[in-house]
Amino acid sequence: MEQTITCINCPVGCRMTVSLSDTGEFLSVTGNTCPRGAKYAQQECTLPERMITAVIPVAGSETPLSVKTASPVPKKLISSVIDELARVQVSLPVTIGQIVLPDVLNTGVDIIATRSLS
Amino acid sequence: MNTTFDVLVIGSGITGCATARALSRYETSVLVLDRGSDLAEGATKANSGIVHAGYDAVPGTKKALYNVRGANMYEALAGELGVPYRRCGALVLAFDDADRKTIEELKTRGETNGVTGLEILDRDSLLKLEPNLNPEVVAALWVPTSAIVSPYEMAFALADDAALNGVQFRFDEEVLSVTRDPDGCFTVRTDRETWRCRALVNCSGSSGADLHNQLSARKLTMIHRRGQYYLLDRAMKQPFDRTVFQCPSAMGKGVLVSPTVHGNLLLGPTAEDIDDPLDTATTASGLSDILKKAARTWAGLTTRTNITNFSGVRAHLTTDDFVVGPCEDCPGYFEAIGIESPGLSSAPAIGLDLAEMIAGYLTVSRKEAIVPYPVPPVPFHDMTEEQRAQAVSADPAYGNIICRCEVVTEAEIRRAIRRPVGARSVDGVKRRTRAGMGRCQGGFCLPRVAAIISEETGIPLKEVTKNGGKSYLLSDTVDVFLKGGHDHE
Amino acid sequence: MNDRFVDILIIGAGPAGLAAAISAKENGIDSLLVLEREKDAGGILRQCIHNGFGLHRFKEELTGPEYAQRDIDKAAELGIEIECSTTVLSVSPDHTVTCVSSSRGLQVIHAKAIVLAMGCRERPRGALCTPGTRCAGIYSAGTAQRFVNLEGLMPGKRVVILGSGDIGLIMARRMTLQGAKVLACVELMPYSSGLNRNIVQCLQDYDIPLYLSHTVTDIRGRERLEGVTVSEVDEKRNPIPGTEIEFDCDTLLLSCGLIPENELSLGAGVEISPATSGAVVNESFETSVPGIFACGNVLHVHDLVDHVSNESFKAGAAAAAYVRNGTRRGSVIAVRDGEGVRGTVPQQIRSDTDQPVDLMFRPSAVFRNSSVVVESGAQELIRKKAMIFTPGEMALVTLRPEMLKNIGSDSITVRIERN
Repeated sequence: MEQTITCINCPVGCRMTVSLSDTGEFLSVTGNTCPRGAKYAQQECTLPERMITAVIPVAGSETPLSVKTASPVPKKLISSVIDELARVQVSLPVTIGQIVLPDVLNTGVDIIATRSLS
Repeated sequence: MNTTFDVLVIGSGITGCATARALSRYETSVLVLDRGSDLAEGATKANSGIVHAGYDAVPGTKKALYNVRGANMYEALAGELGVPYRRCGALVLAFDDADRKTIEELKTRGETNGVTGLEILDRDSLLKLEPNLNPEVVAALWVPTSAIVSPYEMAFALADDAALNGVQFRFDEEVLSVTRDPDGCFTVRTDRETWRCRALVNCSGSSGADLHNQLSARKLTMIHRRGQYYLLDRAMKQPFDRTVFQCPSAMGKGVLVSPTVHGNLLLGPTAEDIDDPLDTATTASGLSDILKKAARTWAGLTTRTNITNFSGVRAHLTTDDFVVGPCEDCPGYFEAIGIESPGLSSAPAIGLDLAEMIAGYLTVSRKEAIVPYPVPPVPFHDMTEEQRAQAVSADPAYGNIICRCEVVTEAEIRRAIRRPVGARSVDGVKRRTRAGMGRCQGGFCLPRVAAIISEETGIPLKEVTKNGGKSYLLSDTVDVFLKGGHDHE
Repeated sequence: MNDRFVDILIIGAGPAGLAAAISAKENGIDSLLVLEREKDAGGILRQCIHNGFGLHRFKEELTGPEYAQRDIDKAAELGIEIECSTTVLSVSPDHTVTCVSSSRGLQVIHAKAIVLAMGCRERPRGALCTPGTRCAGIYSAGTAQRFVNLEGLMPGKRVVILGSGDIGLIMARRMTLQGAKVLACVELMPYSSGLNRNIVQCLQDYDIPLYLSHTVTDIRGRERLEGVTVSEVDEKRNPIPGTEIEFDCDTLLLSCGLIPENELSLGAGVEISPATSGAVVNESFETSVPGIFACGNVLHVHDLVDHVSNESFKAGAAAAAYVRNGTRRGSVIAVRDGEGVRGTVPQQIRSDTDQPVDLMFRPSAVFRNSSVVVESGAQELIRKKAMIFTPGEMALVTLRPEMLKNIGSDSITVRIERN
């Protein structure tokens, strides 16, 4: 099984072809021009991850709260994480770095505030 | 609610506002209705802003009569109401012998109409006057009494003055039918109400002929003629100090290049006959047509500093003249129809005449006292440093600059909303204060203006509109979206 | 109205102004004032809630508000005075600044040195001359970003984005994640000016199509936007008839370029470069008006805030040196844009400089396997290879002071040469 992806590490944007086994295991990559590209290709084709940022409402505040995942989470969980965020109840005051939702979807990753609100 | 008035005016463009103000000087009750959400929503907000001297209209026509009379009233009126006005003069360019003949005819015509100071200038003196003119020009008619004005601001001031003197205004209300009843009064049915009045005034712009044809056996035919424009930033040094026309054609006065009273530069209009008078879109072909024609006036033409494009639709009657006065076969019904160029110039005189005729018909007398128009504050943008310091210490809201491009303060935006006929939408605020009219086109100030409108009027933020109706700025709050439902379906 | 006197006045408390202030303070200037027109410091970063900021400077990925907060905290720690909700009305060549706020009224401030750090603004619809109606629902991407991220309000449900710069791409993802449907991202040029990372993570992740060599050719809707027409364009960027695609959308976001906001600079008599739309500066970021410095996006539009901070630290230090020593005079070497290069900053270098000078510029097109060459007459000072240069990414070469010692001309040229 082959998959084609564009490298995002630099503006060259190498088109890379990744070979995967039938069970989805990484076999090899071609088309990259540096080791960072190979590493990215492997990650992106086996377990792609993304940081998620969003704003959520805060009771009693007209200004919403910006939040992020403390580290990347599996890409396939993006919409589930957003659904979780829609259910989070936050109240004032909020301090930057505060955990607003621990261990989202059992990923081990916390959702944290990226600003303070009072 | 009182649904009976002595006079009902349909339309709150420049003509309706001038008529309403003139009527407010008489002992009579007046209601003005408009289908738009604000004053001046039709041709008044989207025209060249020229107070024409009156050289163009054919002698003996109503256009000629009202143009010259109206133009003569403007300077005093603008001064009294604090409306930006400048007698910058105008040039009508000639590029060949045929043009030269035309400008000579215009000069004769203007003199017959009573326009003073007209002069034919040769190429050299022209280029000295306006060095950015296309050097291929051979001569021009110099029209020293031509002026520029902010047309919608004139309408706002006229309406405010009328409202201070008892005239009522209602918006978002479209007239569905008008009938003259056996008792000589009129019934006006709208999409919201039924009104009765003793005298009815048709100042309804593009609807003028339709309304007329409901009440008169002498039918009128109207053509909707769209004009598109470019508006360039006032931050640039303008290439011309005067309004520059080319020779007029059957379709109008041609493409002009003119400074505006606020220091922008206006290029346009096109002249396209269209079916739908509310179709104020601009088109790729119209815009490129303007550039082609304007380049004949301004050789170094550039639209690098373009701020916006817009268009307006003028109400042209096939008879090619204004219809002003009482309708011959419908007593009590008065009208101002086909008020295309020079309609802006003519409006103050038309308003006075109509009011006098209506007062005569109703046998009402002049009021003994009128509420004087309060001197409007100088815009913060134009204040001296001392004036600015005083303004802020008197009202700290003057210290909060909302529109950074045009330097418009919170105090001025609040005042625009609180005026007698105040702003209700972002465009209403824009036209009254210039907030959002600068080079960033509201990119920075829009959220703040919307918030102030919401605060002042009690309209929830997500219901605030750009320009009335369903022109909502926003869809809904982020939490409603996150939870998967939203309004304004 | 009492006049105030300060050593350094900084206009703008975004990343540029904050870095300049921190640096000036750390270089020994105590009489320092920062003026900010918004009610909070932080500038545009406050609304850039996505991550990806700070990799160069902090060696970690931060969101915009987090990056800004670090500088705000640092400024507070250093005791730097920031006056928010204060708009500067004018700057004069003699360093007199007039500003206004509700709380302090009109103030006149005299500064020994001024740092211009006002940032940039977005090109509006008018600059594109896009025909159609003037309905509600057309916003610059940054205005929409402010509505969503700072006000918690969604501008619309069905969105087309014109322009594939990073702000447009970021907003495609933001609108999608917050529950709107983004139908397309439309780019006039045959390439995107955004980062590959943003094309992948903001468009491809959400199956949002990117239409290269396309533009919006008509806008429909009398009250609220009802739809747009998108057409393919030819090499001269003229729409090709017959290629129209109709989109039913209630929102059009424009991400069509940024323009340094130099109205105050012009009032102060600062010379503006037509290539950058920012001030002409020397290697100390001093403008044509002595003692007035410029840095950040008001000088030239950057891609990375890390570079803004870096540049502004230098500008702040230079302003501090000016307060101590006045303008350093030396023979001036002009820096010229050669082939393939636009808007090199600084435009001038004093030959006696003892610090390395970063020459920053934008490639005028995409160049693969090419070199940037810095030369003075026939003398080659630098040749640096790269696999790619793109207009979307500012390029940088560093000139060491000794390279300038023995050049035989009063100018140097930066150009890109294909290998």
